[in-house]
Amino acid sequence: MARKLLLEHIDVAGINTLEVYRKQGGYRAVEKALKKLSPEDVVDEVKKSGLRGRGGAGFPTGMKWSFLAKPEGKARYLVCNADESEPGTFKDRYLMTNIPHLLIEGMIVSSYALGANTSYIYVRGEMMPQIRILEKAIAEAKAAGFLGKNILGSGYDLELYVQPGGGAYICGEETALIESLEGKRGNPRIKPPFPAISGVWGCPTVVNNVESIAAVVSIINDGGDEYAKVGIGRSTGTKLISASGNLAKPGVYEIELGLSVEEFIYSEKYCGGMANGKRLKAVVAGGSSVPILPANLILKTTNGENRLMSYESLADGGFATGTMLGSGGFIAFDEDACIVRNTWNYSRFYHHESCGQCSPCREGTGWMEKVLHRLEYGHGAMSDIDLLVDVAKNIEGNTICPLGDAAAWPVASAIRHFRDEFEWHVKHPEKALKGNYGLAHYADPLPPVVVETV
Amino acid sequence: MSDKVKVIIDGISVEVAPGTTILNAARQIGGDIVPPAMCYYSKLEGSGGKCRTCLVKVSKGSEADPRPMPKLVASCRTTVMEGMEVQNITSPEVVDARKGVVEMLLINHPLDCPVCDQAGECDLQDLAFNHGAAETRYEFERRTFDRIDIGDKIQLHMNRCILCYRCTYVADQLTDCRQQGIVGRGDHAEISTYIEKAIDNDFSGNMIDVCPVGALTDKTFRFKSRVWFTKPVDAHRDCPTCSGKVMLWYKGDDVIRVTARKDENHEVEEFICNTCRFDKKATKDWVIEGPSRIEHTSVISSNHYDTLKPLPVIQENKALMAANKEELERTKKS
Repeated sequence: MARKLLLEHIDVAGINTLEVYRKQGGYRAVEKALKKLSPEDVVDEVKKSGLRGRGGAGFPTGMKWSFLAKPEGKARYLVCNADESEPGTFKDRYLMTNIPHLLIEGMIVSSYALGANTSYIYVRGEMMPQIRILEKAIAEAKAAGFLGKNILGSGYDLELYVQPGGGAYICGEETALIESLEGKRGNPRIKPPFPAISGVWGCPTVVNNVESIAAVVSIINDGGDEYAKVGIGRSTGTKLISASGNLAKPGVYEIELGLSVEEFIYSEKYCGGMANGKRLKAVVAGGSSVPILPANLILKTTNGENRLMSYESLADGGFATGTMLGSGGFIAFDEDACIVRNTWNYSRFYHHESCGQCSPCREGTGWMEKVLHRLEYGHGAMSDIDLLVDVAKNIEGNTICPLGDAAAWPVASAIRHFRDEFEWHVKHPEKALKGNYGLAHYADPLPPVVVETV
Repeated sequence: MSDKVKVIIDGISVEVAPGTTILNAARQIGGDIVPPAMCYYSKLEGSGGKCRTCLVKVSKGSEADPRPMPKLVASCRTTVMEGMEVQNITSPEVVDARKGVVEMLLINHPLDCPVCDQAGECDLQDLAFNHGAAETRYEFERRTFDRIDIGDKIQLHMNRCILCYRCTYVADQLTDCRQQGIVGRGDHAEISTYIEKAIDNDFSGNMIDVCPVGALTDKTFRFKSRVWFTKPVDAHRDCPTCSGKVMLWYKGDDVIRVTARKDENHEVEEFICNTCRFDKKATKDWVIEGPSRIEHTSVISSNHYDTLKPLPVIQENKALMAANKEELERTKKS
């Protein structure tokens, strides 16, 4: 039985207003936390829940909170990262548009747990409607006494601000976000110090994704232990997946972690299979920056087990045969999709979004984009494929922030798994311009693992 | 517990003050284990971490936590810990990554050293020579910009810039107001002033000295001479604004350039003011201290002072000359 924790009441009319949200049991978590629990209790509940950061890295939220430095006389801040701009990910926007009070409720509880009296929601600049929705919701919450001075008579004060960003992908990186929030150029900071020690205005800061903060609400309502029962293994709870690509029913789905990838794609409850009777060729499971996998590897791991939508199962096999859950941007490609073109498109994005601070990413993203463009348009050479692998390797791990890795992984993985399609582009440039490589062997069942005995 | 921490870099141990970065610890050892640094500048707060040429491998985090660091780290921004073990030139991984970074730095840098004013004293040239590959694999058009005059004395040529951000730190930290910064993003980012507004303050000339490449050049010196034809001498004057300690670059009897003195890490010892730099170009303005110390590997030192001594002349041999003359005439006749 798949449980819904975040989007339980999403279909209730008027859920975006405080009145309806309250009727559906909204702001219970605030009442419970502020009246019955101490901040430490809230942190403990989140720790018990096993909630992992929903922004992409999957770092346990409770542990992140416990790292927050608490020096005397220094303010602490909670910043919500709503700078969702990863290609293929649109879950936070959906959540903020339809059920803004869930985020605000989560912000109040989380700020209380961290002892922050000022908190920010940093929203990507392009999401102007969502900024207005959030501001309206904040005004409603404030009028109802959930924000401002002495909330619910508990003596706890909280001001919540919405800060529009300038629309740069890099500002989703937490230190770049903090720079941008402070009104500076959004360049990632060099770590250490980590934001938990020195973040916004040099004060200890926690930056969490929208979905992570929204998940805190059900953790407090039901208790951390109860939340930990949902999901599988160390991937607890539910996850919003934004499914896109040539699926019959693309959209935002809340799944219980541990659902099999096959069920997610083909079940009528979720994506309903591929559109127009096409066959699945490849999947990017967690937003554009995670490695792309061919259909056979995304459905089954190399051990022949079903691959599940969970942090562990998707990462099974490392980068050689696995990928990452990332931010849950699930992009499916059918047999008509050209992997070379898609890889070029991604690298065009990373080239455009590189902040230009450190040299491997600044120069390397542009280089990869140019080489991929050449390959896609029939001017490539065989040596270009190895060149791309080498450039990706030189970027990966050598940059200040993970944008370099995010730019290198899709290129490296596309070549790792779809090398013959790249080679086909070099050998048959005219065919590549007119048609595409098709499904080839990418959906063939994996050969059984042979254990060699000596 | 002593107030020094012990760190081993490439097998050489050194004791440094806590809070020292790996790069500075390596500089205390000296020699070829010092990682190259294109953006870090010890006199400019907040610099470093950007160019990634100083990447090193930390094979042992510290005595307390001996795990190696998962990625290569920028040695200019990573502080040492007690018992830390660092690999620089002894790690093939580091050498390889550095080669990759140098390649990245060069793909959009015009390889026109023969016509660049910085040639001979260019950190990027040294870096590419010492750590880079011999050939480029980049086959696309390089990005280009128009030259910009920043005031009447300084020229900015963004084509050559490697975005080390040093000059923006000079503007921020030496002067009263922030006059320049980075505009644009990614490989289109450029150093800029407010819509080509001239930078006008007493210390603006220092950005020429901190620039590791030929992006910021002294317009009063541009194309006057190749640097290896000049002779640097240390000199000072009693300056009301700065320390007045400079290097004068002579060509013949003329001072054709004045710069701040640089130490062995190619960093300015003390920043100098624009009056010293641009307006005092006569020997009479200065008290000469003596020839500047130039590394023996530098092309500038090929202009040895001792070559000014007259070369030993071969003694005249009248008998031989007469014999040669006779020989010449004989061949003409026959």
